[in-house]
Amino acid sequence: MREVTVGIGGAAGDGLDKTGDTLAKTAARLGLYVYAYNSYQSVIRGGHIWLRVRIGEKRVTSHGDHLNVLIALNQDSIERHAREVEPGGAVIYNSDKLKLDPTLLRNNVLPVPLPVSAITKPLGKIPPVMQNTVALGALLFLIGLDFETAASVLTDTFKHKGQAVIDQNVAIARAGYDYAREHFVPLGYTWTFTHIRRPFITGNEAFAIGAVMAGCKFYSAYPMTPASSILHWMAAHAERCGIVVKQCEDELAVVNMAIGAGYAGVRAMCGTSGGGFALMTEAIGQAGMIEAPLVVIEVQRGGPSTGLPTKTEQGDLNQVFGASQGDYPRVIIAPGDVADCFATVVEAFNLAEKYQLPVIIMSDLLLSEHPETIEPEALRYDVPIERGELVTEWDESQGRYKRYVFTRSGVSPRALPGTEGAVHVAATDDHDEEGILISDIFTSPPVRRKIHEKRMRKLEAVLRELPPPVLEGPEDADVTLIGWGSTKGVIQEAAEKLAREGIRANHLHIKYLFPFHAREVTEILRRCRKIVGVEANYSGQFARYLRAETGISVDALIRKYDGEPFEPHQIVESVKAILQGKPRTLDVAEDEACEIANHYIRTHLDDDARPGRVSRLERDGFEEPLWSVEIISRETGQRRGRLLIGVETGSTYRWEESAS
Amino acid sequence: MATVIELPIETYAGPVDPDWCPGCGDFGVLKAVKVAAGKLGIKPKDLVVVSGIGCSSNLPGFIHAYGVHSLHGRAVAVAQGIKLANHDLHVVVTGGDGDGYGIGIGHFIHAMRRNIDITYVVMNNQIYGLTTGQASPTTMKDVRTKSTPRGNAEPPINPIALALVSGATYVARGFSGEPEHLAQLIAGGIAHRGFALIDVFSPCVTYNKVNTYPWFKQRIYKLEEEVGYDPSDAMAALQKSFEWGDRIPIGLFYKDAHPIYEDSEPALRRGPLVRHPLRPERAIFEELLAELM
Ligand SMILES: Cc1ncc(C[n+]2csc(CCOP(=O)(O)OP(=O)(O)O)c2C)c(N)n1
Ligand code: SF4
Ligand SMILES: [Mg+2]
Repeated sequence: MREVTVGIGGAAGDGLDKTGDTLAKTAARLGLYVYAYNSYQSVIRGGHIWLRVRIGEKRVTSHGDHLNVLIALNQDSIERHAREVEPGGAVIYNSDKLKLDPTLLRNNVLPVPLPVSAITKPLGKIPPVMQNTVALGALLFLIGLDFETAASVLTDTFKHKGQAVIDQNVAIARAGYDYAREHFVPLGYTWTFTHIRRPFITGNEAFAIGAVMAGCKFYSAYPMTPASSILHWMAAHAERCGIVVKQCEDELAVVNMAIGAGYAGVRAMCGTSGGGFALMTEAIGQAGMIEAPLVVIEVQRGGPSTGLPTKTEQGDLNQVFGASQGDYPRVIIAPGDVADCFATVVEAFNLAEKYQLPVIIMSDLLLSEHPETIEPEALRYDVPIERGELVTEWDESQGRYKRYVFTRSGVSPRALPGTEGAVHVAATDDHDEEGILISDIFTSPPVRRKIHEKRMRKLEAVLRELPPPVLEGPEDADVTLIGWGSTKGVIQEAAEKLAREGIRANHLHIKYLFPFHAREVTEILRRCRKIVGVEANYSGQFARYLRAETGISVDALIRKYDGEPFEPHQIVESVKAILQGKPRTLDVAEDEACEIANHYIRTHLDDDARPGRVSRLERDGFEEPLWSVEIISRETGQRRGRLLIGVETGSTYRWEESAS
Repeated sequence: MATVIELPIETYAGPVDPDWCPGCGDFGVLKAVKVAAGKLGIKPKDLVVVSGIGCSSNLPGFIHAYGVHSLHGRAVAVAQGIKLANHDLHVVVTGGDGDGYGIGIGHFIHAMRRNIDITYVVMNNQIYGLTTGQASPTTMKDVRTKSTPRGNAEPPINPIALALVSGATYVARGFSGEPEHLAQLIAGGIAHRGFALIDVFSPCVTYNKVNTYPWFKQRIYKLEEEVGYDPSDAMAALQKSFEWGDRIPIGLFYKDAHPIYEDSEPALRRGPLVRHPLRPERAIFEELLAELM
């Protein structure tokens, strides 16, 4: 399969997302598939931003394991990533400002210094972020993407800024392209362009567009990464799409307003991350109790507490399962990829209204924020809209309207406020069929039993309606990988990789977390040889749930909780280690020692310092083996000292400055 | 304006009788809400009464109108969602001092700031009634309650002043011992275009032995009877809001016309959201798709 992965490294404010976007859209317009992941920090300026854009002729479902071309927008990015570039690749950088130490490069990696001011001199004075555009032009030449297509993307991107800005951008990109053509040979990528145009879209955009197509008219939120981009999208499109978008004072207001709007008859949705969801929980039970439709999107980030605001994790499963006191019917769905985000939100509105209950969609930073190309058919105009049973008028001569009438299905036809003859109260105190409270003066145990059963019975029909999961891959595999939500693509890719290495793996992915297809999942897993759970959290929250629902324990768990998403090779290596019976090590790896050193440099040393050689020492007076990371000068390459880091604990024991 | 056909109070007779303690101030408030709705000719189907949790918050169960008996402190939020979904409905929030000025105070302040067109009737008994008599945010200083056996250490919130500075455009105080006056204030609030607060002295005869009917009767006077009092003068209203002691004003403190939140929402110009077609036009879909390519 022909593919290339481009990494763009810089600081916040360097404008690298625009560059990545142009690259991705160019590839997408040529008919290639794209998956991008931006590893960024919770700062507005500075920090380290690392955007990977993976481009392939076949569908790519993760940011992958490779780095073929690096565009370094600052010195830090060269030092962090130059050595990751694989043979046959290239490092593109502005040689007016940055230096590339050739010892950082692996064999057969092409340095591509760009004298940006000389290249752009004929074009007059240009703003500093335009160095990205020069680099982009050079990249297009090196990886064999069509320049005119990129020019068309730039034209559309800057349309709102006028022809002069378009012309400037295109000219600068062309200057970079031409410079590369004159000075370098291309890296040897040959592509077949199908020119099939595919949308390039993030999970949050897919949620928002899906909601609009499904008839969502009310969206409320309180800003919280990584859910905020739904709010931004909704606010930007509210007028055109006829939606009321409400930024509220807190998440309590967010969810209660959405419930009020849903009760009054509009399709209402709200979105948040784990911290905001924690504030919403009482109200989610309220939606269950008063049987108001509600769609909530919970976009997980690293927890607990404020946690890792800009990093990914699947650590909120316990919270979502545990949300609100008491038992109440609700649906919890975790879409597996961006196309699925669109489908899921449509489905969520239908379930919420048909069964009059809250539906919680679980996403995470990775799924919500990364863009990828999806098939054009995945976004549909005429999505199914099912509103469930609505009473539009009630003739009181047939008796009083009973809002919560006990039915076999558990669903009681809903009347919206404003409906003639169907006046009632929707109460959070438990109530009888008419909505009259049953626990004020006297509690009526049998009425309570029957209303509770009525509400909970709705889940039986919900479960029948939801498609059970299917096992992907060979039936008689050596190992079965089981995951949920955003890890679908990366697990799939890992399974394929394992197969190529002679290990037969299949994959069971769970989308519908509640209600759960316990019978079907049990049947599937009973036939599996070795079950390995893959989850981006510390404790294996899903594995625990799986055991509770099926009695089946996974044989091993592959977990990740460092904030970065899984890469296929990490799953592959862990599976191999599990099959070989190797115990999992929590030791600090060599590249991690370097990262710890980078953190130490940032917090204790100056801009001139960077990590150099890393070596492993035996105890040396400490209670554990050590990584010794040499710290050198960026300017001179001279040794400035060494940092001693515990291999087991990761503790930064000592900074030893060299005598100068 | 279309002529109003007044409706009799029986129109709003609820399915069950109130279970408040005999003598509870909330009876008077219930009656006043019904009279006010009747005066304005609001059909039960077009009235939504939203409450939180508390003795006072049980009110929606005792009136024939649509109602949401929501969570403790969340009524104002739920009510705003209802109003934005269907602004043809009359949305009245009824609740207690704990509900609105304690756990729900954030929503209260922000709803006033938005000047959204809902009417908020607070049965302020200066105590937590339903939970059997703890101090509330309006319990006076030094008053002994179950949770303040040595006397309340905290001075009370001033809801009238808070409403004035928060942007409410109709601010009134009533007394459940004066049900006709109260009904007028509530009717004025519902008719007012914008956020209306009607704080009501509604004695809890069981748990508040300080702020009783006689206590209020000795002190209250009506602003309407004050010569020269002008309820469109915000500063005068603010000054009056601090009057507490031997003389306590009730009546309309402040009323003024300001744009309401709903006016700022482009989507609402096409009528209540609930009546919009669910599917957007196809052209919108094509536009959204084009943005992604
Ligand atoms: C989240 C939450 N906390 C606490 C309670 C318990 N609770 C119910 S009513 C109430 C206080 C009610 O006081 P107020 O609003 O003044 O109403 P009143 O009974 O005095 O009319 C409390 C604390 C609750 N229901 N929910
Ligand atoms: S406890 Fe107080 S507030 Fe509650 S019903 Fe009795 S008198 Fe009214
Ligand atoms: Mg009270």
